[in-house]
Amino acid sequence: MEKERIRLHINGKPHDLEVASNKLLLDVVREDLRLTGTKRGCDDSSCGCCTVLVDGVPMLSCVMLAVSYQGPEITTIEGLARGDELDALQEGFCVEGGAQCGYCTPGIILVAKALLARTPRPTQQDMAEALAGNLCRCTGYTQIYASIEHAVRKLQSLPTEKVVASG
Amino acid sequence: MGDTTIVGKRLPMVDSPAKVTGRGLYADDLTLPGMLVGKILRSPHPHARIRRIDTSRAEAVAGVAAVVTGSEFPNRYGILPIGHDETAFALDKVRYIGDSVAGVAAESEDIAERALELIAVDYELLPAYFDPIASMQAEQHFIHDDKSHNIEKEYHHHFGNVEEGFAQADCIRQDTFYCAEVTHAAMEPHATLADFREGQITAWSSTQVPYYLQRTLANVLELPMEKVRVIKPLIGGGFGGKSEVVPLEVQAAVLARKAGRPVKITYTREEVFYAHRGRPLQIIELKTGVTRAGKITAVEARMIQDGGAYCGYGPVTILYSGQLLGAMYDIRNMKFDGYRVLTNKPACGAMRGHGTVNARFAFESHLDILAHEIGMDPAELRFRNLLQPPCLTVNELRVTSYGYPECLRRVVQRSRWQEKKGKLPYGRGIGIAGSHYVSGAANPIIRSALPHTTVRLELQADGTVHLYTGAAEIGQGSDTMQVQVVAEELGIGVGRIRLVAADTAQTPVDLGSYSSRVTFMAGNACLEAARKLKKQVFDAVARLWDVPAESLRAREEKIFLNRDLQRSIRFEDAVALLLNGKGSLSVEGSYAPPEEARGGKYKGAGVGPSPSYSYSAQVAEVTVDVETGQVKVERVTVAHDCGRAINPMTVEGQIQGSISMGLGQALQEEMVWNRGRLMNPSLLEYKSPSTLESPEIDTILVESIDPEGPYGAKEAGEGSLAAVIPAVANAIYDAVGVRITSLPITPEKVLRALREKENQAGSKTRGETR
Repeated sequence: MEKERIRLHINGKPHDLEVASNKLLLDVVREDLRLTGTKRGCDDSSCGCCTVLVDGVPMLSCVMLAVSYQGPEITTIEGLARGDELDALQEGFCVEGGAQCGYCTPGIILVAKALLARTPRPTQQDMAEALAGNLCRCTGYTQIYASIEHAVRKLQSLPTEKVVASG
Repeated sequence: MGDTTIVGKRLPMVDSPAKVTGRGLYADDLTLPGMLVGKILRSPHPHARIRRIDTSRAEAVAGVAAVVTGSEFPNRYGILPIGHDETAFALDKVRYIGDSVAGVAAESEDIAERALELIAVDYELLPAYFDPIASMQAEQHFIHDDKSHNIEKEYHHHFGNVEEGFAQADCIRQDTFYCAEVTHAAMEPHATLADFREGQITAWSSTQVPYYLQRTLANVLELPMEKVRVIKPLIGGGFGGKSEVVPLEVQAAVLARKAGRPVKITYTREEVFYAHRGRPLQIIELKTGVTRAGKITAVEARMIQDGGAYCGYGPVTILYSGQLLGAMYDIRNMKFDGYRVLTNKPACGAMRGHGTVNARFAFESHLDILAHEIGMDPAELRFRNLLQPPCLTVNELRVTSYGYPECLRRVVQRSRWQEKKGKLPYGRGIGIAGSHYVSGAANPIIRSALPHTTVRLELQADGTVHLYTGAAEIGQGSDTMQVQVVAEELGIGVGRIRLVAADTAQTPVDLGSYSSRVTFMAGNACLEAARKLKKQVFDAVARLWDVPAESLRAREEKIFLNRDLQRSIRFEDAVALLLNGKGSLSVEGSYAPPEEARGGKYKGAGVGPSPSYSYSAQVAEVTVDVETGQVKVERVTVAHDCGRAINPMTVEGQIQGSISMGLGQALQEEMVWNRGRLMNPSLLEYKSPSTLESPEIDTILVESIDPEGPYGAKEAGEGSLAAVIPAVANAIYDAVGVRITSLPITPEKVLRALREKENQAGSKTRGETR
């Protein structure tokens, strides 16, 4: 397969690369750029683990040719934290248990990021619909919702200590 | 127990920052210089003899570094000592579509795939067996020569006297239940990176059982154990699918050895489905008797499991199905005939709730049926058959802590069961069921006098504590659990502990993450090690203050004098005092189950015993669309007896995850086979639950404080899976009056049952059908 010189804009930086024209964005991100936070969970766009944001819109990098995405700004999970400071969603997934094995987590956080950009105070139904294309086998989704709600409270400057009914 | 500061807290998992930032590394994220890609040639036939393999054309392809076939590494392996029936690649026969025939290591995936196409295999086709009942009747062409009639193993147990038991019963039911085959579908596909150099193999692998993988690689590669190093990176979910050696782990290693370069194999999602090792298709004929007063008098079960082409955990799976009928209710007369049958499909294995789930679906459905027949509330029937622990069950399982009655009470109350049961409008229903699971198998897979787990704590001069543990974190939170136990006992912050885990060259032996054993066993080992270390720290401080060591306590990074809380010394100052110029100090802790928890002496008695059992009670509320047969689970209320929640957040996560997986099996998941070929080998078609199929789960923790668990803790990761399935089936009966005995409960099955009921009843009204 012929290689092409391309420029991708990923996490705020331009990357000049030479890649096969049939190479998937997922593989370019993981192999050429060593940004392995973007995960491969299936081969046919059915799980959502490989989600990246393209100009803020969640898309599945396992069915995108890298050469076709030279214009837009691409965000991977590595682009969310600023230095050691976690994004509110990342913090939420730590403190509310939204990440168990963590394999679906990058994709789910990015979808949630896009959701909060358009719906700052989503209902659980909003979250469920936004995440319908992202499978998680660990959590049953309950703590994923709690994690996103934590981020919402933080971003809306509401108290993040929620009263936990348990026991 | 009430004054803990770290145990019992909802702390973030210690590895969660790495997971949420994408920095954390899983096996497929790893690379080594000069690394090759490994690919596997798979059998297109379900059952065939290999007459000849010609790899010469594949070897000649530029960029191919190694081609391996079965004869080069012929040593047999398998997770059970009685089931060594697998080899790195097929030796003389292939036994399922997808069986491994040869492996190629090449510079790229494209080259490896081209080389696979050039391997010529001459097959002699054999009759294949796809149905377990038909397979059991085979007279020739057995799948394994030494397994006549394709029966891997059969067990026949009779405890008490079921004939006498049934004679005392006022109501006896006999029903057959069918459970389709399901699989783990962990989000991470299996991956192994292997590197062979200087006579030593190192494997980074997606495994729940680093120690068993180390043993297997030593066996297949004919290396001493110390020349095999297994490192477990982050694992993207296991659920049992990575709890025995999966072919690619051995194949990456033998390819790396032959190529002399690192080799990585990552399964495609389709290969993950064929690697399988999931929950077998199971047919359960169940006979249960009860008195009018609701007392179970006898249980008789005949179970057949379709195990696929290799042994795997098979005998354990079928034994769990029978044995754990015993540890939930007071059953004095119990008979079990279990058959593990071979067929020409991928091998089944351990899956969350190993062996118990299908049997529990059948039994808890039966309790519901019997309750209705004798006119008793199904919750009440369960209350009338409780064990009276501490006790030994009829099959010699030792039950100590038993939060099941409390679990039942809590879900009945929280779900407002009494107001709803039998009183909801037609199409809506409520059902109850229970389940349980072992907190670790009391007997190791390979009989040994060694502890089941050992951990080492190394106190550093700066007051840091290094925790070396072989336990395998797979997303369930076991690393965090261990850190919390050590931090609690030493009275230090979790930030002071540095964890080194699951690297066989650095960490002591732990048997792995299976049978829900880690909290109980590694937790207890951590507790013992931390207590030893604390004693030394206290002794040093006691000498300094001239007080008895018993008068000291550790918390909040300080050592206090009990009767004078003003008097304290910082932990790191106490450490300096203790080390007194030395660089570090090590202690060990270990755990082995007590002798009295290890079960009876009869054949098969080794499976089922555990130092403790978790319990779960659940109420499911459903809506059934009588036009389409679609079942919607509106809400699940669960109470799980976890002994003590070391981290309530992760315990709740385990319970909710179990219920999610159980709901998938209840309503939508099924491996659909057509003459040995999987019809739905993708996540889209397999249909594990998405957000849209996932109900609200109301989670209640019951803390029965186990007498032997670490801080009273026992398992939380599996025991809640099974109950949700019969709870849903029972709720469907409550909603529309039809009893579905076949999983998954698809709309087609519900509709068919509704039509049959209508046909039988003519045009009965709802009130009459209830």
